[in-house]
Amino acid sequence: MSTAQPLGAVRATALLVERNYIVYRKAWKLFLSGFFEPFFYLLSIGIGVGALIDTFEFNGREIPYAEFVAPGMLAASALNGALIDATFNTFFKLRFVKLYDQMLATPLTTRDVARGEIAWSQLRGSTYAAAFLVIMAAMGLVHSWWAVLAFPATLLIGFASSAVCMALTTYMRSWQDFDLITLAQVPLFLFSATFFPITAYPDPVRWVVEGTPLYRGVVLCRELTTGSLTWASAVSVVYLLALGLAGLFVVRRRLDALLLT
Amino acid sequence: MATTTALTLGEGIRRQADYWRVVYQRTWRGTVISSFLAPLFYVLAMGVLLGGFIDGDPDVLEGATSYFDFVVPGLIAAHAMQTAVGETTYPVMSMIKWQRVYDSMLATPLTCRDLVAAHLTFIAFRLATTCAVYDLVLAPFGVFATWWGALLAFLAQVLVGMVFAVWVFGFSARLHSEEGYGVLFRLGIFPLFLFSGAFFPVSNLGAAGAWLARVTPLWQGVNLSRMLTLDHVTWWVAGVNAGVLLVLLAAGWVWAVSGLQKRLVW
Repeated sequence: MSTAQPLGAVRATALLVERNYIVYRKAWKLFLSGFFEPFFYLLSIGIGVGALIDTFEFNGREIPYAEFVAPGMLAASALNGALIDATFNTFFKLRFVKLYDQMLATPLTTRDVARGEIAWSQLRGSTYAAAFLVIMAAMGLVHSWWAVLAFPATLLIGFASSAVCMALTTYMRSWQDFDLITLAQVPLFLFSATFFPITAYPDPVRWVVEGTPLYRGVVLCRELTTGSLTWASAVSVVYLLALGLAGLFVVRRRLDALLLT
Repeated sequence: MATTTALTLGEGIRRQADYWRVVYQRTWRGTVISSFLAPLFYVLAMGVLLGGFIDGDPDVLEGATSYFDFVVPGLIAAHAMQTAVGETTYPVMSMIKWQRVYDSMLATPLTCRDLVAAHLTFIAFRLATTCAVYDLVLAPFGVFATWWGALLAFLAQVLVGMVFAVWVFGFSARLHSEEGYGVLFRLGIFPLFLFSGAFFPVSNLGAAGAWLARVTPLWQGVNLSRMLTLDHVTWWVAGVNAGVLLVLLAAGWVWAVSGLQKRLVW
């Protein structure tokens, strides 16, 4: 180990991403079909349920239900896209195939592993997000150029969620523990003001919801696609960024503890 | 095999009862979240919170006076489908291919027909408990117009679940790689969940879309469950719904048994 020259961060990250790409090349159908999920939700809830609802108020303007739901689906799909790679797949590599042990026998460091894996799940999530945004625009659900920034916003959501989920995964003891992920994922998806405005909640609940990462992501995307930005948008950005960096820090520490001691 | 005398179906099922009892004893904890908690979250999010923004117009909501009353019977039927699919995909493939439990069972006097019947009996038990818990929890919220409607709606929910159980079992018996499940979930089960009238009246899909939704087996179950729950029954429609489901159940049974027979015996 001591004789090998460490790789630069960018080289190392690129190597890991390339490895994942090669592994996934065969499962491209699964990769592709992941995109349909938010799209179906958009059609079903946005159009079908939307026919039952007039409009919702958002940041002082009235918007049709489909325009309200779509950015919520966008943010949720960025979370879900990052989640699978950062939880199940990471656990499998960490505990069963011992992939990271092998990687650490090369000049890669735990920091590279953390960055590489997160970059990969980011890439996967962002592909879905980009496609979804194009569909939203094609369906006439976007009325502001700010929507262009919704793409980096989904990257930010993906970064925060994959870093945090990967950090949590390092604490998992068995597959059974993943029930806890489902237990968090379903309510996050349903209650983060994705399907209805946050005004549906009484105040104390509302404060809790406003503090969840997915809610921050949902309002951020909604503010961008509807073009009604506020100072809260900046709060969301800073919050998600901080969460992601904290996750990254924990992942590195935990990988050190699990693999190097 | 040829030397042993054939078992009756009842005897065949009875001999596997202890196996399935142990399976459930060891796995029921894992089903608590997916079977009971997650769907309750849906009821809360869609029925209560989203429903608060929707007018309870019975003309629009197929006879329901609130969106909550409309969506709950549909959600239970859709959840029965998901439970059945969950029990007949990876678990079936595992017993055929990974753990090879069926192979060892077939080394006894049991036949494929017995294996399928016992496995389906277990699924019927899972469906009955899951749907019963739901119906009982929701009963105090006044979703049921009559007690007999509640009972028949429960039977309709279990029936639609069993239809999916037999068909997906037959599919799993013929499937060689689990990758097929990704396609089944994303392009089959998930769209059914969203577009079969559980969340909104299928008439919102336009004339063609509504008819497409009405030919799906899930819609038959959702509609039956909803009509009976709300006591808003058009009897000939209910008869058609139940008839379609029963025919599908019988045909699916043949499809499931023949699939396993071809895979493991011939």
